[in-house]
Amino acid sequence: MNKLKIAWARAQDLLSGDQSADRVVPPSGYTSSLTSFVAGAMAFLSVFALALSLATGRLAERWSNELANTSTVRISAPEGQAAEQAKIALEILKVTPGISSARLMTQEEQRRLLAPWFGDQLPMENLPIPSLIEILEDSQGPDVQGLKLRLAAEVPGAVLDDHTRWRRPFVTAASRLRLLGLISIVLIFVSMAAMITLAAQSALSANDQVIKVLRLIGAKNSYIVKAFVRRFTIRALLGSTFGTLFAMLFILFLPRVAEEGAFLTGLGFRGWHWILPMFVPFLAALIAFVATRIAAKHTLQGPS
Amino acid sequence: MIELKKAGFSYGDGAILADVNVHLAKGSFHFLTGPSGSGKSTFLKLCYQALMPSAGTVKVLGKDVRAMTQDDIAMVRRRIGVVHQDCQFLDHLSLAENVLMPSQVSGRDVRDDLTNFNQLMDWVDLMDRINALPAELSGGERQRAALARALILSPDVILADEPTGNVDWAMGKRLLGLLIELNKMGKTVVVATHDMNLIREAKSEVPARVLRIQNNSLLVSGADL
Repeated sequence: MNKLKIAWARAQDLLSGDQSADRVVPPSGYTSSLTSFVAGAMAFLSVFALALSLATGRLAERWSNELANTSTVRISAPEGQAAEQAKIALEILKVTPGISSARLMTQEEQRRLLAPWFGDQLPMENLPIPSLIEILEDSQGPDVQGLKLRLAAEVPGAVLDDHTRWRRPFVTAASRLRLLGLISIVLIFVSMAAMITLAAQSALSANDQVIKVLRLIGAKNSYIVKAFVRRFTIRALLGSTFGTLFAMLFILFLPRVAEEGAFLTGLGFRGWHWILPMFVPFLAALIAFVATRIAAKHTLQGPS
Repeated sequence: MIELKKAGFSYGDGAILADVNVHLAKGSFHFLTGPSGSGKSTFLKLCYQALMPSAGTVKVLGKDVRAMTQDDIAMVRRRIGVVHQDCQFLDHLSLAENVLMPSQVSGRDVRDDLTNFNQLMDWVDLMDRINALPAELSGGERQRAALARALILSPDVILADEPTGNVDWAMGKRLLGLLIELNKMGKTVVVATHDMNLIREAKSEVPARVLRIQNNSLLVSGADL
């Protein structure tokens, strides 16, 4: 708790403290602008990566849930037996634990399912199209292997499809995308740390004379480090705040289309997820603080 | 105040100073002289720990410089005022900010030093120039401002490296007068210069010793110039 208080006091001191200490570092120089720009650009990208990660997470969850709660029984039986076999299958399904409902799909529903491939004028009556039973599972779900065996024994033309083979690659792909988003965020922040370190080192080298003068008049290394750290941390905080706000506005005003297109346009934040990007500027400032501190301490290790 | 025993300094194989033995006592006034490149600045840098001795020992304010941490060196420098020929200001800050900078970096409340600052500015006759940037000051004004900055923390020792190098004779005499005045207040003063006329000028004013660097060695002569 004490450590937390000390860290908080240091952060307060850094951000609100010795304004004149900030003045010892000359205000001009491209490194300061570069730091703000890099922080802003990286924050912008990281907010998008975060949005991508969250969106793909939602997608994976939705696909997983939607497909996981349904399954289908396909009955391919000779003409005249299909209706009888469908009736037996439905009776079996109705008494099977883990299944909340099962119903035979109508020809019209089957026509709609096939319409994307064959158009909506398909003469279903003349084609040997298998009957389909849609199953809705309860939260427990049925014993799939047991059900398959029972259907095989009592309804020879029935094939149970629990969607696993469809679901798995989608869920895997969505999970990988989420992982990719998270890796992108990490890489973005590591890149930002590297760039700010370079900018800080460049600023320290450019201000070699300032450092010499400060040392000559009795400044401790901690004072000099603080002056540079404060400069870079505030720059990074401001730059990343603008970058984050711009990215959030951009995402907020992304065009919305129907649910079918949500795979592409579902990129964004929902509910409390809007809070998450607000941490990006603070994370950027923390990274700038640590990167500049390390760079400054390393530079000031030499003779005074 | 500052004591060098068998102290030496060399860059690689090239010795700049060797076997230097001298004690700069409290309240003393020393001129450090010798041809250009003889090692005057090196001697002063050893005194304010910008350089560490390659041989022997250097004690500043009773502490061996080799045993000092960076923070110790910073603390000691607050008690040593250094005036360079090129003044070494922060060019983006005003004269007032530069002069008050030692007070600021030492963590003091700058307001506590404002009386001292006003007196110093009057003393060096720069009160009407306090808002000027260093680049806007003349050579003499810069040297006087550098002296004021060196004095803002009331140091025990003043080390001046060619303080009259960039000013005319009249301004040189004026600066010398200020340094002699400080010595009379009890400060230890070391002035590096190759201007023998300046040293002779001081003869009547102050009992100064002359330290002459020749062939890497330090020769000490008495107060009788």
